[in-house]
Amino acid sequence: MRDIFTMALIYATLRSATPLIITAIGGLISERSGIINIALEGKMLIGAFTAVVVSYYTGNPWFGVLGAIVAGGLMALIHGIVSIKYKANQVVSGTAINILAGGLTVFLLQIIFGVAGTSPQVAKLPSWGRFHPLVYFAILLVFLTHYVIYYTPWGLRLRAVGEHPSAADTVGINVIRMRYIAVVISGMLAGLAGAALSIGGLNVFVKGMTTGRGFIALAAMIFGKWTPIGALGASLLFGFADALQMRLQGIGIPS
Amino acid sequence: MQPILSMEGITKRFPGVIANDGVNFDLRAGEIHALVGENGAGKSTLMNILFGLYQPDEGRIVYKGEELTIDEPNQAIKLGIGMVHQHFKLVPPLTVTENIVLGSEPKSGLKFDRKKALKDVEALSEKYGLLVDPNAKIENISVGMQQRVEILKTLYRGADIIILDEPTAVLTPQEVKELFDILKGLTKQGKSIIFITHKLGEVMEITNRATVMRRGKTIGTVETSETSPTHLAEMMVGRQVLLRVEKEEAKPGKPVLRVDGLSANDDRGLLSVNHVSFEIREGEILGIAGVEGNGQSELLEVLTGLRKPVSGEVYLNEKKITGLTAKEIKNHQVGYVPEDRHKRGLVLDFSVSENTILGIHSRKPFAKGVNLDYKAINNHADHLIEKFDVRTPNNQVHVRNLSGGNQQKIIIARELDTDPVLFIASQPTRGVDIGAIEFIHRQIVDARDNGKAVLLVSAELQEVMSLSDRIAVIYEGEIVDILEAKDATEDKLGLLMAGIKK
Amino acid sequence: MRKEDIQDNIRELLIPIGAIILGLLVGAVIMLAIGANPIEAYKALFIGAFGDMNKFANTLARSTPLIFTGLAVAFAFRCGLFNIGVEGQLYVGALAAAFVGGNLTGLPKIIHLPLTILAGMAAGGLWAAIPGFLKAKRGVHEVINTIMMNFIAYALIGYLVADVLKAPGQTPRTVPILPSATLIRLGELVNWSNSRLSIGFLIGLIACAIIYFVLWKTTIGYEVRSVGLSPLAAEYGGINSNRKIILAMVISGALGGLAGAERVLGFDRALILGFSPGFGFEGIAVALLGRNHPVGVLLGALLFGALSNGGAWMNFTTSVPVDLIVVLQAVIIFFVAADQIIRVIFPKKRKDWGAV
Repeated sequence: MRDIFTMALIYATLRSATPLIITAIGGLISERSGIINIALEGKMLIGAFTAVVVSYYTGNPWFGVLGAIVAGGLMALIHGIVSIKYKANQVVSGTAINILAGGLTVFLLQIIFGVAGTSPQVAKLPSWGRFHPLVYFAILLVFLTHYVIYYTPWGLRLRAVGEHPSAADTVGINVIRMRYIAVVISGMLAGLAGAALSIGGLNVFVKGMTTGRGFIALAAMIFGKWTPIGALGASLLFGFADALQMRLQGIGIPS
Repeated sequence: MQPILSMEGITKRFPGVIANDGVNFDLRAGEIHALVGENGAGKSTLMNILFGLYQPDEGRIVYKGEELTIDEPNQAIKLGIGMVHQHFKLVPPLTVTENIVLGSEPKSGLKFDRKKALKDVEALSEKYGLLVDPNAKIENISVGMQQRVEILKTLYRGADIIILDEPTAVLTPQEVKELFDILKGLTKQGKSIIFITHKLGEVMEITNRATVMRRGKTIGTVETSETSPTHLAEMMVGRQVLLRVEKEEAKPGKPVLRVDGLSANDDRGLLSVNHVSFEIREGEILGIAGVEGNGQSELLEVLTGLRKPVSGEVYLNEKKITGLTAKEIKNHQVGYVPEDRHKRGLVLDFSVSENTILGIHSRKPFAKGVNLDYKAINNHADHLIEKFDVRTPNNQVHVRNLSGGNQQKIIIARELDTDPVLFIASQPTRGVDIGAIEFIHRQIVDARDNGKAVLLVSAELQEVMSLSDRIAVIYEGEIVDILEAKDATEDKLGLLMAGIKK
Repeated sequence: MRKEDIQDNIRELLIPIGAIILGLLVGAVIMLAIGANPIEAYKALFIGAFGDMNKFANTLARSTPLIFTGLAVAFAFRCGLFNIGVEGQLYVGALAAAFVGGNLTGLPKIIHLPLTILAGMAAGGLWAAIPGFLKAKRGVHEVINTIMMNFIAYALIGYLVADVLKAPGQTPRTVPILPSATLIRLGELVNWSNSRLSIGFLIGLIACAIIYFVLWKTTIGYEVRSVGLSPLAAEYGGINSNRKIILAMVISGALGGLAGAERVLGFDRALILGFSPGFGFEGIAVALLGRNHPVGVLLGALLFGALSNGGAWMNFTTSVPVDLIVVLQAVIIFFVAADQIIRVIFPKKRKDWGAV
């Protein structure tokens, strides 16, 4: 057993947890504004794909990261327009985003690379010490979000908008705008998490590579009681399970 | 005196109705001005226009000598117009201070300056004599306290005009008195107050002038010192009001409902019905008077099986029905008109027909086994529509599209048609037009005359006094006294409702 | 039917039809962007779906599971529940049907087939009962619950079919369904077709009729719809909301299980891992498109079946990849869900009773 629980396992936990943490924080910001975001999965997938495409064409993974953020934000903007402006059911439009992401990535994989399942290899993010940069960013993000939500006027307004939108409205807070901003930020973060997956941990895009991590992140956020620190804890727990599973498979114990 | 605000010829149309039709209203600096009228008279529309929530189709607004348009609440707030809504706009998990400064928070750099916010709120609270605990969370303070927070919110934003929408509906008499003192204090500091209400007693007590609205029009503005409640009431309804309902002396028979030491908790788990005992005989109406929120809702929910009691017993014709389900109690021939017809009494997106069988839908002839017999259901609906004069194009219309009075008639028709031995009616005429009120009152008295035991709960003291044969007064979950209706005066009941027992 | 009813129904139809038209337009724009000819592509799509009797039969075969999953989503929705766990319920239904249908030997068809179908329905129903129970008794949101139940179902089936129940051979699949438990296919009845369209399609039509009858002609449906539209009014009317929530989830799950059973007993004749391209999720779209009405669900299922099968033909004969169809389906969902977009693009008069 001593072989299993090593520092390597802790590092693996952090790596597995990184996309979950970033996505969970995104989901949290969206939910705090009153928008249920079950589309995190799709936005993550789009982010992972875009990161690879941009990295492929520019040869620079940082542009890939940027592309992933923009793509996730754009998907979120669609989600926002449909569910905020046109008042569609948030769960339905979220489901549509997830379906769209699944179809669009495979469609474009064929159009752009002419392949069905896996993209060509692209430049991946460098390692800073033991981890790729987004691992550090994830941890930083948690504490930054904590500060913003509990110690800034914007955070106070965000909480008010989610808890009691008409109260926020009567004191002149633009509820619609707050929700757009929150949803777009959550999409940008989910897109970034996708980049962490495709060009952080790996250097390719694989069809459906998020394999439900967007939903796991959603669960982590709920498990963490809609607080950044709680979401971090839950994400680490799920990341640990993931890392442990890989380790057990590695030494031949069926998980 | 030059008015601080005048609204002239305001017209606002919605599809199918004219909510405001050439309305004139003006407000003097430092006065308390009542805006009175029945539900649907157009008071809220007018105030929403002033607050920038609606744009008028015609008319002009002159404020502090300047003609302007108010496009959104933000602008109204900046102009110094504040509004305290009937349903408070407070965020429950945030603190008093956070709620007051929300939207105009003091900052130091990017950070929310909590210390300055606290200091500002304390200063404001002291200046206007509105005592609050700035660090308490909204969800933990009383309704009266929450109202003060709402007033402080408007003052924090520099309001010169404060609009209060039905501010006393949720308050105890003691809290009302405190509110009135606060309002008088505010006018001394130069604030002007618009006081929306339909309680004429309050108009007489606190206001300088009153503007009466009816059916979207202003009927007139009067100096309070030169008018009387009767005169105001006439202006409101346009004819002599039937304050007393024509009815014979009650001929009560044997007891039907007996409540013995009943206690129950509210949704938060706090004791809200405290050891209540009373009985109702056949052929009599027992009215329950009390300020809303003193356990009336919970009491009725226990009696009708929607809430489990903590202790005590309920007997119907000497059969114990304590803790039975809503369905079982209904099957014991209990008719119930719930206080909130939109949430409880009707499925708004069901047709009139489908609503006429809610609760009796598995009985014959509507159901045969699990199959519904729509022919029987539609016939039943047509019968009720005719008998109770429900104004609807046909029985297939969704009840959402009907007026409040017609919706209420459907519920009353459904509940009375089952020939109950006990008929419970809660707020039976709330939000209902005057014609329907008379009809509904008639139905309640007829039910009594047909030998049913009737339990009436209403926030309208007048309604309780004019319909009931006996009146029980509830205060903080306890029945403080039960009087014969002929011995009950408004003063006596008022004291009891405030928990003062001689 | 009265005139107003007919007008209402036409209005109800306008939104899905508008959404489909807009969806196809978006698809055409994408095709133009990748240098393909949309007219050619849509022609191929149509021929692929309806070009001959055999293709039409295959389209019906592709639609069959969607009828069940669409009904499953719609029924839950009528009770105010969002069952996005139909995919998982379909999986466990398929598993139960594959197990009972493939391993219980010596039974006559008249017993074995109904038993197998019932096993599939029961498994799906039980799987859905768990989130139903959690929602009713603990107030846990069913969207989150059913998502998590999907994960468990995937993992469970993945493990069982790749390991414990795996038939010999390369592909992860269970043993073939015994002849006594199969649903007969069209290709086995006539010689002009080799279609795997099974009698399950007829079961789908019957299911539509039954669900319609249950929802609008029985006290159960009345109670379910009351809970869906107004839980408090339902409670006041003596209806036990919690029991109805669990019941609606069980019925919904049973329909999802039936979808899985049909696929296993009729189309695939075994449980093959990865047999569902997301029938459960497509069911959400189908239910939406069909306005949660059984007739609408049937039409929606046919459309989605046609898009999928026609899309494959389009992929085969033109340069447009089949995955564009998935994009198109998502776009249609957007437009149906945000029906106000349709109302803006295709304005219509609304009647008003003049009530306030």
